[in-house]
Amino acid sequence: MSNPLSFEKPIVELRNKIEELRAFTSEKSIDLSEEIETLEKKAERLEKEIYGNLTTWQKVQIARHASRPTTLHYIHTIFTDFLELHGDRLYGDDSAIVGGIAKLNGLPVTVIGHERGTDTKDKISRNFGLPHPEGYRKALRLMEQANKFGRPIITFIDTQGAHPGMEAEERGQSEAIARNLREMAGFSVPIICVITGEGGSGGALGIGVGNKLLMLEHAYYSVISPEGAATILWRDASKAQEASEALKITSDHLLKLGIIDEIIAEPKGGAHKDPNEQTILIKQALLKYLEPLLAMSGEELIEDRYKKFARIGEFSSAVLEGKA
Amino acid sequence: MSLKDLFRKQRKYATIPSEQAKKEIPEGIMEKCPKCGTIFIAKELEKNLKVCHSCGYHFSLSAPERIASLIDEEHFFPFDEDLRSVDPLEFPGYVEKIEQDIKKTNMNEAIVTGEGTIGGYPVILGVMDSRFRMGSMGSVVGEKITRAAERAVKKKYPFILFSASGGARMQEGALSLMQMAKTTAALERMNREKVLFISVLTNPTTGGVSASFSSLGDINIAEPGALIGFAGRRVIEQTVRQKLPDDFQTAEFLLKRGQLDQVVPRLELRDTLIKILAFHA
Ligand SMILES: [Zn+2]
Repeated sequence: MSNPLSFEKPIVELRNKIEELRAFTSEKSIDLSEEIETLEKKAERLEKEIYGNLTTWQKVQIARHASRPTTLHYIHTIFTDFLELHGDRLYGDDSAIVGGIAKLNGLPVTVIGHERGTDTKDKISRNFGLPHPEGYRKALRLMEQANKFGRPIITFIDTQGAHPGMEAEERGQSEAIARNLREMAGFSVPIICVITGEGGSGGALGIGVGNKLLMLEHAYYSVISPEGAATILWRDASKAQEASEALKITSDHLLKLGIIDEIIAEPKGGAHKDPNEQTILIKQALLKYLEPLLAMSGEELIEDRYKKFARIGEFSSAVLEGKA
Repeated sequence: MSLKDLFRKQRKYATIPSEQAKKEIPEGIMEKCPKCGTIFIAKELEKNLKVCHSCGYHFSLSAPERIASLIDEEHFFPFDEDLRSVDPLEFPGYVEKIEQDIKKTNMNEAIVTGEGTIGGYPVILGVMDSRFRMGSMGSVVGEKITRAAERAVKKKYPFILFSASGGARMQEGALSLMQMAKTTAALERMNREKVLFISVLTNPTTGGVSASFSSLGDINIAEPGALIGFAGRRVIEQTVRQKLPDDFQTAEFLLKRGQLDQVVPRLELRDTLIKILAFHA
C-alpha cells in the first residue's frame, strides 16, 4: 500500500503479515493456507471496521491524499478526444484550472476542473490547484463557449481554495469568482459539478454552480478550511480536527443539508486505492444525471438551477409559523 | 506653531482637547477618531454622518443610521423582518452569539432590506450591519438579499445594496457558502431583466461577500478607506512572505486597479446615488 495514512497502520501490518506467510509457503513448501485464510478474514473485518467508520478528519486526510486521482486523470479516463484549451484572453493561462472540449460517450461536452498536479514539479507549476483570477476567467471563457455551442458543462472541483496573494487581489480575485457564480446561473446548457477532493470555499464554488452537484464519498466541501476555523474558534490551527467535525463538511452531512444531489461511492479506502474503479463510478453518475438534463430546454435549465440554490438555507419565519 | 496646530485652531467643530478627556471618554457621549485621535461629541459626529471632521475617517454606520442618511423621510418599508437564524449545524456557541447580537444591536440579523425612495426615486435597498456577527452572511442574510432582488425584478426598481461584511458565516458552514451562489443567481435574473444594481462597498467587504454580490454592481461604489478584498491580509502575508503596501485592499487601491467605478465620500454619497438613479429613471 502506497502512502498509508496513520489510521490504516493496523490494516497495513496485517496485510504485510499475510504476504510474509504467502512467501514462506512458496519458499518452504509448507501449507499455511488455513492460517492465511483466517488472517485474510480478519483483515477484511478490520478494513470494514476502519473504512466503514471513518471520522471527518480521516476523510479529510483521504481527500488530501498525495496519490488521490486529480482532475486530469478523470478527464483522460472518463472522456475521449480531450482537446485542452488555454488562456483567459486577458492576462494569462492559469494551469491550476484545466479545461477544454471532450466527448462523453460520444457527446461533445466542455470539461473544466481544478488541477492540483501529480509530482512535485507539476504541483508547483500548478500552484497546488489554487487558482488566480485568470483561472476563473479561463473557466468562464470556456463555459461561455460551451453555452454558445450548446455543449453541456462538467466541472471537477478539487482545491484548497482560491490563491491568497497580492497579485490575485490586484487582478480581482473576488470579481472573477463572483462573475462566474452569476454567469453560471444563467447558462442555458446542462451543468454538472463533481466535488472530487477538496472543496475549499469560494475558490471551489467559482466553478461550482450547477444543475446537479455530485460529491465523492470522502471529499469535503467547506466554507472555511478546518485549520482556518480552528484558528478563529480556538486560536489554534492544530485543533483542525475538532473544527472539521463542527463544520459538517462531509458528503453525508451535505446530502442531509440539501446541498448535494448524490454521493458517488469510493473504492474501499478511497479513490486512490482504485482510480479506474472511481472513474467508472463517476462516469455512471454523470450519465445518469446528464440524460434528464439533456431533455430540458435552456429556460428550464436556468429555472432548475435557480430553484436548486433558492431553496438552500435554513431559517425560521414568524410569518410562516403564524406568529406575526 | 506647526501647520498641524494651525489646522486644529481653524476647525469649526467641537473637539475636546484636554488630556483628561482623552483618557476618559464617556461611552456614548464622546467618540475618538481611530485615525487621527480627535475626540468628538458623539452628537456632532452623527450630524456629520460619522465622518471625522478633521481627517475624513469614515466611522462605521449601523444599518438604521445608513438608511436614515439616504432615504426620504419616513419612506422606508422593511421586508422580511420576521426571518431569524436557526442553528442548522448545532455549531458550538452559535445560538448564544446570535442572541447576544440581537440584544446588542436591536436587530434580527446582519442585514435590513426594504423599499423606499431616495430623492423621490423608488428603490429596493439592502444595508448590511457589521455589528451583527461582523455582518457575516448566513441563511437569513442570503434569503433576504435574494428576496429583495426578486422584488426589484418584479417592480423594476433599482436595487442598491450596501455591503459591510467579513464574508460567509462560518457557523452555518456550507449553507453560508451556498448563499453566495443563491444571491448571485438572483442578481443574474436582475441582470437579464435589465434592472439596475448599484453595489456600495463599505468597511469591511471581504471574503465570500466580496466574491459574490458586492462585486457585481452595474456600478460599484466604495466609501473612502473601506477594506475590500477576497483573502485576509494575514493569510496573504503568510503565503507571499512579503510586506504588503499600506493601502493594500483599500477602496483607493481597488479603484487604481480597475475594480471600482468610484470612491465616494459619505457626505456626497446620497447625491451621487440620486444622480445615478436619475440617469436610469
Ligand atoms: Zn480623524
